[in-house]
Parts: sequence; C-alpha cells; structure tokens
Amino acid sequence: MSKVKVARKSTRIDMTAMSDVTVLLLTFFMLTSTFVKKEPVQVTTPASVSEIKIPETNILQILIDPKGKVFMSLDKQGDMIETLTSVGKDYGITFTADEFRKFKILKTFGVPMKNMKAFLAMTSENQDKVLKDLGIPTDKANNEFKSWIKNARATNKDLRIAIKADQNTPYKVIKDVMSSLQDLRENRYNLITALKKVSAK
Amino acid sequence: MSEIQTNDTGGKKKKGGSKQKKISVFVDFTPMVDMNMLLITFFMLCTSLSKPQTMEINMPSNDKKITEADKNTVKASQAITLVLTGGDSIFYYTGQPDYKDYNSLKQTSYTPGGIRSFLLKRNDEAVRKINDLKEKKLQLKISQADFTKEVSELKNGKNTPVVIIKATDKATYKNLIDALDEMQICNIGKYVIDSIASADKFLMKNRATKGAYARSGAK
Repeated sequence: MSKVKVARKSTRIDMTAMSDVTVLLLTFFMLTSTFVKKEPVQVTTPASVSEIKIPETNILQILIDPKGKVFMSLDKQGDMIETLTSVGKDYGITFTADEFRKFKILKTFGVPMKNMKAFLAMTSENQDKVLKDLGIPTDKANNEFKSWIKNARATNKDLRIAIKADQNTPYKVIKDVMSSLQDLRENRYNLITALKKVSAK
Repeated sequence: MSEIQTNDTGGKKKKGGSKQKKISVFVDFTPMVDMNMLLITFFMLCTSLSKPQTMEINMPSNDKKITEADKNTVKASQAITLVLTGGDSIFYYTGQPDYKDYNSLKQTSYTPGGIRSFLLKRNDEAVRKINDLKEKKLQLKISQADFTKEVSELKNGKNTPVVIIKATDKATYKNLIDALDEMQICNIGKYVIDSIASADKFLMKNRATKGAYARSGAK
C-alpha cells in the first residue's frame, strides 16, 4: 500500500477584509454615539410619545432620584466655575484654585454648601460614594437649589433647563422643584423622557 | 490582498538573463482586527446611541402681581380638571366643581380606554381634522411648515377643551408625564399644571364618603 500524501495547506487567513469591516464599524460607533454621563443615582425616566430631541449644548440638567434628592450638572466647565464662585458668594464661602480645579471635573454635583469644602477635599472615589447620599437642599428654609439656578442663569443666558426625574419620584418633590423654578421665572423647561410608541386610537 | 509583491524588474540597465528575486511581503492583519474589536466593544459599552427624548412645557408664572382680572378665564363648558392621585388613578370633572353631587367626580385610569377615550371624544373635531391633515401630509399634498401651522391652529382653536392637571402629593412623576402625554396624543393644545385646591380636596372626600361629607355641612 502506498502512503497517501496529504497535501499541506496553508492555514493563513487573510485578515484584511475583516480589518476593513471592523474599522468601518468603529467609525460608525465613534460618529453616532455620545458618551454616557456618570450619574450618582440610577434614574429610569418615564416614557412618552414626544419626539423632540434634547439639544446638545447649554444644558442645565436637574437630576431627581426616587427619594427626592436633587443633583445638577452643567455641560460647560467655564460655567461651572463661575456658578460656584457666585453661589459661594451668596453663602459667604470662597474657594481656592485647587478646589475650583476639583469642582470643574465633577460630572454631576449636588452637595449642600456647608459640606462643599469637605466634599471637594475628598478623593474622587470617596466623592462617588458619598454623593448619592447628599443632594442640593430644596426645602423652604434653606433653598440652595434656587441659588444654584439663579447663578447658573446669570452665568449663561442661553442655558436650557432639563429635568430628569425617576418615574417613581413622588409629585411632591417635583412640585417643590417646579415651584422653585417658577419663583425664578424659569417658565420654559424640558422634561427628559424615554421613547414610547403609542397609537392614537 | 495583504500581499505586496515587489517584482523588481529594475533592469533595463542590466542586460543579460540574471533573474530577479520576487519578494513577497505578507502583512498579518490579525492584531489590527483584535485591536479594532476591542475598541468597538469599548464604544458599545461606554456610549449611548440615542439621545433621550424631551417634552417641552411652559408653566404659568407665579408672579404675585398678576391680578385676577389679568388671568384669562376658561369657559366652564370647556374646562376639564384632572386630579392625579396615588395608585395610578385619575379623577376628573368637567366645568365647575359640583359640591352637591358626588358623582360629578369620575374615576378613570391611564389605559387607552380610560382617560384617552374621554379626551378624544371631547376633542373629536380637532382630532378628526388633524388626522385628515396627517393623511394629507403622508400623501405629500401639504408641506411640513403648513402642517405644523395648521395643527397648532386647530389645537388652540376656539372650541377645544382646556385641561387643568392637578396632582396630589401621592402621585408619581410618571403619572404627571403620562397625563402630559395624553395631551399630546389627544391633540389638546391648551393645558396647564396647577396645584391642588381645597375645592378638589373637598370633591375627593365627598366622593370617598358618597356624599355624606357634603351633607354633613362641611364646606
């Protein structure tokens, strides 16, 4: 019996086409997506049929968690510094350059002014840990929220206010926030919702 | 594909039959693919593709200087008051609150058969016209600008209902959004969010006690 010779085939696969596809996908993802913002609390927004998209810049987002804690975020770092300066002035607190530097890199903030200095002194991991238990006070006796909004508005005239609240937030909290906004004559704002498809019938 | 063949014939200068070497440069793209896949995974996990939706609302100003005379009053026949309460239920009454009849306050739900059918019925003229317009727009008979203009005219027309949304403290944010959503679905242009008044609390209590509260003389 003669030996059957098995032809050795090269197992090399040409990866060029594969590389083309992945680069294409990568480009697509880079162009269409926006980065997820780090938020201290998980919020599920209610769904609505509204199809208006939120503008990308000049957004003052008010984040309200189910327990009624209020956080804020501004998208421009320059605005954040100016706002902190003027809010600090309202409460008689001056901040150092180092504290400003730490404040402007925060994605979301929401700390009572009396704790602000201590909060800014923490490391960023510790900040993440404590932030979800803090929040901006909105009660009548100490309405720091109003001061934030007022000073943010003074800093940037084109600011749009967007409220992002959890669907299980009691209306009482929303009412407090809304009436604070009304007192400042901020009568136009956006409510952030998720998409829902509903037929009219 | 990734092979580059350099066939260096080079030699018009060289005469004679010396054979040139064929150099084949094969570039391995596997690491490149690996890296791209990694990046794609990163982008898929760390980004959100769709921007969130928003709803624009205009709130009335709570300026104390506005006197009663400045406020535009709503015709009682057109007014619908929704009271959002806990447990996902809505109460509604039309026109002026009726303190005597506890049945004037009706209970309904957020389902399509509940509040939506009621509002659609109240607003059927505008809804019908807007549906006609949508049909026309689909057939490209009218432009987008005309469509938006006519829809907003119809929504704010004379005989459309005016909805007053009042939420109790027990209602959730979702209830509020759902109620605002119904306004969009039912093409109601005139609606307002108001705080709950003592008259509404009275009606609620009266309904809960089946009229005994009004009879007992509390007012």
